[in-house]
Amino acid sequence: MLLEQTLAQIKEKFPDPVLETTEFAGEQILHVKGQDILIVLATLKANGFNFLADLTAIDNLTLGGYERFAVSYHLLCHKTAERLTVKAYVPEEKPSLPSVESLWKTADWQEREVFDLFGIIFEGHPNLIRIMNPDDYEGHPLKKDYPRLGRKERGDFPVIDRGIQKQKPSK
Amino acid sequence: MNHNDIKSNVLTTTLESAINWGRKNSLWPMPFGTACCGIEFMAVLAARTDIARFGAEAIRFSPRQSDLLIVAGRISIKMMPVLIRIYEQMPEPKWVISMGACASSGGVFDTYSVIQGIDQFIPVDVYVPGCPPRPEGVVESLMKIQNLIDKEKLSDYALSSSK
Ligand code: SF4
Repeated sequence: MLLEQTLAQIKEKFPDPVLETTEFAGEQILHVKGQDILIVLATLKANGFNFLADLTAIDNLTLGGYERFAVSYHLLCHKTAERLTVKAYVPEEKPSLPSVESLWKTADWQEREVFDLFGIIFEGHPNLIRIMNPDDYEGHPLKKDYPRLGRKERGDFPVIDRGIQKQKPSK
Repeated sequence: MNHNDIKSNVLTTTLESAINWGRKNSLWPMPFGTACCGIEFMAVLAARTDIARFGAEAIRFSPRQSDLLIVAGRISIKMMPVLIRIYEQMPEPKWVISMGACASSGGVFDTYSVIQGIDQFIPVDVYVPGCPPRPEGVVESLMKIQNLIDKEKLSDYALSSSK
């Protein structure tokens, strides 16, 4: 109930940002333009979708879609237990969209993770630095065009020999 | 004290074998458990296999107090500098067991972030295959280390000239 009302309201209120709504496996997906994500999510939150269950991203390199990247927000309404997925599309050339950290504090680390692995910039994020990879890491490894075996990151350490040279045990 | 007392109370041996005997029967392991193999290592410590029988039950989580490094689990590129540091902090003499497929070769994790075998960067004495190795396998590797220690000569420990 709440879901249908809210979706209708969002479509009416934001005709330009909303690209389409689809349904998959009984759940609604709202596709929007990345730049307008903050206002759409703020409206959804005000309408009862109060909980951000997950925030992640998809690289559409071979999948097709509106743009190269889709940042997906999984929302839950605690009152009616209804769920809604919002996908915000960001282009390859300028992968950035507003941060929703001001709405949900949990988005802080999750946006850092998406930044670390996909290189998507969240404007207005208080501390957008890498969260898992080393600080001096180059590249964003969850992009589909990142080499699976890395770019020599895993071979780049000093080789330690035995401090005391033991001879081979004599037979 | 007559000479018969001396006969039954004194044992002659070489300094080398006395030292090796002491070292091999009192290994102090430092477990570097980063993944599922670390859980299996706990089973090695528990009652069924019980490495206290080999004198290796004094688990130290400080590398400065241990002489056997057991690397149990996958090592990521972020963890490798830590492992190198810990290895360097251990006092000589020291030995290293690489426990499980991940520590020895990267295992199934052939990705950008997992080190494909810690022996590329630190010396390893014994490898234990398996994913995870059974506790018996780890006990076997401990006995292999004991055999290595047994064969050591004091002259092996001539300090390397440089560094
Ligand atoms: S070898 Fe297997 S059990 Fe051990 S850390 Fe790797 S995946 Fe886990």
